[in-house]
Amino acid sequence: MSEAIAPPVGDYVPVPRLREGAMRDVKSFKASANHQSALGFPETLVNDWRERAVQRLGELVEGSRALRVYLDSCVKCGACTDKCHYFLGTGDPRNMPVARQDLLRRVYRRYFTWAGRWLPWLVGATDLTEDVLDAWYTYYHQCSQCRRCSVFCPLGIDTAEISMAAREILDCVGVGQKYCNEIIGKVHKIGNNLGLPEPALRNTLDGLEEDVRDQTGVDVRFPLDVVGAEVLLITPSADFFAEPHIDGLIGYAKVFHQAGISWTLSSEASEAANFAMFIGSYAQMVKVAQRVRAAALALGVKRIVVGECGHAWRVAYAFWGTLIGPLDFLDPRYPRPQHICEVTEGLIARGALKLDPSANDDKIVTFHDSCNVARATRMGDRPGGQLAIPRAVIRSVCAHFVDMDPATIGDRTFCCGGGGGLLTDDLLALRVQGALPRMQALTAAVAEHQVTHMAAICAICKSQFSKVLPYYGLPRDMVVSVHQLVGDAIVLGAKE
Amino acid sequence: MTVETVIYAGLLYVAFVVLVGGLVYRVTLYALTPAPLRIPTMPAPRTRRGIAARMAREIMLFASLFRGDKWAWIWSYLFHMSLLLVLLQHLRYVLVPVPAWVRIISPWGSDAAFVLVVALAGLLGRRLLIARVRFITAPSDYLMLVLLLVIAVTGTLMRFVDRVNIVGFKAFILGVMALKLHALPFAPLIMVHVALVAALMLIFPFSKLLHAPGILFSPTRNQVDNSRLEAQGVGEPREVAAPVAAPQVSPRQL
Repeated sequence: MSEAIAPPVGDYVPVPRLREGAMRDVKSFKASANHQSALGFPETLVNDWRERAVQRLGELVEGSRALRVYLDSCVKCGACTDKCHYFLGTGDPRNMPVARQDLLRRVYRRYFTWAGRWLPWLVGATDLTEDVLDAWYTYYHQCSQCRRCSVFCPLGIDTAEISMAAREILDCVGVGQKYCNEIIGKVHKIGNNLGLPEPALRNTLDGLEEDVRDQTGVDVRFPLDVVGAEVLLITPSADFFAEPHIDGLIGYAKVFHQAGISWTLSSEASEAANFAMFIGSYAQMVKVAQRVRAAALALGVKRIVVGECGHAWRVAYAFWGTLIGPLDFLDPRYPRPQHICEVTEGLIARGALKLDPSANDDKIVTFHDSCNVARATRMGDRPGGQLAIPRAVIRSVCAHFVDMDPATIGDRTFCCGGGGGLLTDDLLALRVQGALPRMQALTAAVAEHQVTHMAAICAICKSQFSKVLPYYGLPRDMVVSVHQLVGDAIVLGAKE
Repeated sequence: MTVETVIYAGLLYVAFVVLVGGLVYRVTLYALTPAPLRIPTMPAPRTRRGIAARMAREIMLFASLFRGDKWAWIWSYLFHMSLLLVLLQHLRYVLVPVPAWVRIISPWGSDAAFVLVVALAGLLGRRLLIARVRFITAPSDYLMLVLLLVIAVTGTLMRFVDRVNIVGFKAFILGVMALKLHALPFAPLIMVHVALVAALMLIFPFSKLLHAPGILFSPTRNQVDNSRLEAQGVGEPREVAAPVAAPQVSPRQL
């Protein structure tokens, strides 16, 4: 693994010079035999990997209109070539979205199209060789599936779909990625990504209750497995102990407390994340999501609320209906499922929370739109609510808010650099370089508006920024949870 | 009846059958392939009507490309729009009688031919000059542009430099369409022009030219944002995400 070095922030030089092969050797650790077998994947590279890979590719294309249309349609216009943060940060042309897609498309053309079968040299079709498989592993694990490229594609081609398919094929021939597959195994075995068993979770939550009581003198509860609660909160397990995530969890608890909403966490579904999406495994995605449905039914809750987690909100918002739906056992008066920011914004809008924004007067806050929230989901009733609602929440609890460069927020937001199953230290070099576009925009906002904090609503973004901010000379505690800002501004007990 | 007449008639029949048959096959595949998961690029419209507007912006204005790359948009937009005008203008060579509107747009179609040539040169120039675009270009990408360029140039030459026996050619085309062959007037320019058009028709269903029907089936653009089961009681009635069959997950050998 090469050493992680932050590229110079510099001015906005949007397009780097091509540095072919620059990231060729940056590889995520491969899954070991037991990580693979826990998910039902072959333990090591199977002997007939070529046949199986081609066969699986065919099956995936037959099962996904997106994949079929996107493998056919790319005209190589180049509109996406300067849109990927990993390309902007590394200059490796294989990190240009179309070039990344082409790693798979060339093989698809070779085995599944007339032109590729008979005139491979003409249409750039290639045999599936060990080198190609290796390049798949490398470069499909340098894609955070953030879909920024798809925003600008005249045909809407979504590299994430292709990257997910490639990872699924790799898993099926026995070449999985350690980080994702180990984590999914933990979810099946223990219930969450971090492998936090029920007693440890209960202990952590009790500790939080004490902390909040000590700090505020108010008895804010962090309930676990409470049958008959109104709300089941599904949140990323990082919220239970990572910084700054945990302050977000305290924020959610204060919101529920102050609004008088009975809520609970579930030890069975103590994880919002669904890393099966990252590896493109439909079967695993159903299996992981199923825990949520089962927990909601077992606890008899009326609502499911999802905490601050980008890809989890994508799976919940966009996929649960297909994966574990219909969620018709939940109260139809509320969105099914609902995002914590929607809950908080609704409560603020009808004056149900007493807030004192002066608690955040020491901060000048900006907001990082998480890719999955911004480009794959919605909040509220209006298109774009996923962008407006978190900002509305921040503005109600914080007097000083500024946005970063408009070209780097909203649906054009840059990935934090750690999404899509890449938040692992074996990819630190990639993560640091991939964070460059966001760091450029943040650095500009710091210089121009003296921004002190960047709020986010994604566990991966928060962990990633905590890690990479220092590489860019910025303090790691600059990144905060949106609900930390909320929690700090709530005046507890004011309504009684 | 000359040999060229038979060859050209045959070529056009084959090209037509391959183009139509290939496109019908491909489009049927697109339509029948399941799209179980909702993946619209957000913010996305919440209604079918909104989607119609989004698709119209994509197809008629290339809205996403405009956001992505202004130069690519300029060349590409000029190319597609001038091609459209030129194609409409060509209706006068295959329709009897020539409809009034075709007569009206005909002079624009002729002017558009120049724009078409310039736009194709622009697209080719981008491909050659921008390192990023050059990197992703396969021989077929160049070839397709060159093919179009030669078609456009021969067409323009025929109209403005070396006018061909268009009346005789129209008789040939009408004969082909009526399955009654008339002699093809011998004229190298038009023969090159028509042969390359036939080649383009043959390539269409096997190449990236499939982007034309493809965009209509692009889930990130044509899906309604309605995946969340909402029942707020007020507001417009909403479609509910129907449970869709999951894609087949093949049993894995353990």
